[in-house]
Amino acid sequence: MSFFKDAGHLLRFAGLFVLAFLIFLVARYFYVPKSFGQYGHYRGAAIGEIAQRPVKFAGHETCETCHSDEAAKKTAGKHAHVNCEACHGALANHANDPSIKPVLPDTAVLCARCHTASAAKPNGFPQVVPAEHSQGLPCETCHQPHSPGMDAPAANAPAAGGAK
Amino acid sequence: MNISRRQMLILLPAAAVAWKSVLAGTPEDSPNYKMSDHWWGMLIDIPKCIGCGNCVRACATENDVPDGHFRTWVERYHRSDWPMTESGEVTPNPLIVPEVISPDGGKEGFPVATDESGKYFFVPKMCNHCADSPCTQVCPVGATFVAPDGVVLVDPEYCLGCAYCVQACPYGCRYIHPTKEVADKCTLCYHRITKGLTTACCEACPTGARQLIDLKNPKDPIHEFLKTHTVQVLKPQMATGAKLFYNELDGSVR
Repeated sequence: MSFFKDAGHLLRFAGLFVLAFLIFLVARYFYVPKSFGQYGHYRGAAIGEIAQRPVKFAGHETCETCHSDEAAKKTAGKHAHVNCEACHGALANHANDPSIKPVLPDTAVLCARCHTASAAKPNGFPQVVPAEHSQGLPCETCHQPHSPGMDAPAANAPAAGGAK
Repeated sequence: MNISRRQMLILLPAAAVAWKSVLAGTPEDSPNYKMSDHWWGMLIDIPKCIGCGNCVRACATENDVPDGHFRTWVERYHRSDWPMTESGEVTPNPLIVPEVISPDGGKEGFPVATDESGKYFFVPKMCNHCADSPCTQVCPVGATFVAPDGVVLVDPEYCLGCAYCVQACPYGCRYIHPTKEVADKCTLCYHRITKGLTTACCEACPTGARQLIDLKNPKDPIHEFLKTHTVQVLKPQMATGAKLFYNELDGSVR
C-alpha cells in the first residue's frame, strides 16, 4: 500500500485540526451564555432581565384602588380620560409606600402645558391664552382639576363675572 | 414501576428538554406572562395629539433616558398652503416642504403657533417595533433582537456599542447611551407590559393619542379600528413590518 506510505504527516496535521476544533468547542461552551439561542440568535435571558426593570408609573388602576373618590369625580367630568399620573407624575414609590407624600403640581404651569392656545392644536381642543384668561391666577382658583367644567366650580370661585 | 438503567438514561435527557420548553416563554418575574400570546404594537391617533410633551417626559422618567437623547419624541409639522395666483388659483408646488420642529424632542411642549394658515399637526415618534427590523439584522453579535412577542429589544450585557443598528434604523429611533456606551432604544416599556400595565407614554398621554395594542388579542379594539380608519405606517416602502400605526397620517411625514 504505497498510497498510504507517507500518510503520517497528513494524519499529524489532521490531528492538529481535530485538537483545535475540540479546543474551540470547549471554549465556546464556556464563553457562550447558556441561554444564547433559546429563542433565536440572542441571549434568551436578556428578555427576563429587561422585564425586571423597576416600574415608576404605578398605573391608574393602582391609584384608583385607594383614591376611588377622586377617580369618581374625574370620571364624571371632562378629564375622565386623563390618567392620574398624566398630571401628578410617576408615583409608583408612593403606591408602594404611602408614607411618601407626592408634591401637588402647580396648576398655573401644569394646565398651561395642554391648554395654552396655539394655532397648531386641534380646533376642538379647549384652549385659552393664560395671561388674558386668568391674569396669572392659579387655575384651581376657579376650576377643580378633577372636574374642570364650570358647572362644578371650585369653592373659592368668584360668584359671577369670572373668566369666560 | 421498574425502570432499567437504559430507560433512565433515555428518560432523563427527555425530561430535561421538556422542562426547558416549560421555562421558555416566561420572562422571569412575570410568571403569568406568556410571550407567545402577544404581538405588541402601538396606535398613534394624530388628530388627538396636542403636543404637550407628556409622553416624552414620562418616557424619560420611566426609563432614565439621558438628557438630549430620546426613546420617544414629538415633531410638529407645519405644511403651508400652496401659493395663490392673483386670479385666486392655487398652484400646486410639491417643492414646498413642511416645516418640522422638535425643540428638545418636544419635552417641554412647543412654542405657541400664531400663523393660522396652512395645516399643523403633531407626530409622536418612537421605535416602530418592526417585525422585519433592519436594526436587528445588522447586529454582528446578536445583542438586539425581535422578542417572540414582537418587541425589539437590546441586550445591554451583550451589546458592543458599534452603532451599526443606530445607522440601520430607518426611523432614527436608536442612540448610543452616553455613559453605558451601548445601544439604547424604546423597549415598549417591556417591564410594564409584561406585568399587565400599559407603557409610560400611554399612561401619561392626556388625550389618548397613544394606545398600546396587542395584535394577537382578538378582543383588542385595534382590529375594529384598523378596519374603519385610514391607518398608515412610516416608510411602508421599506417593508420593515412596522407595528407603529398612525391614524390620519399626513402624506408629507417622513
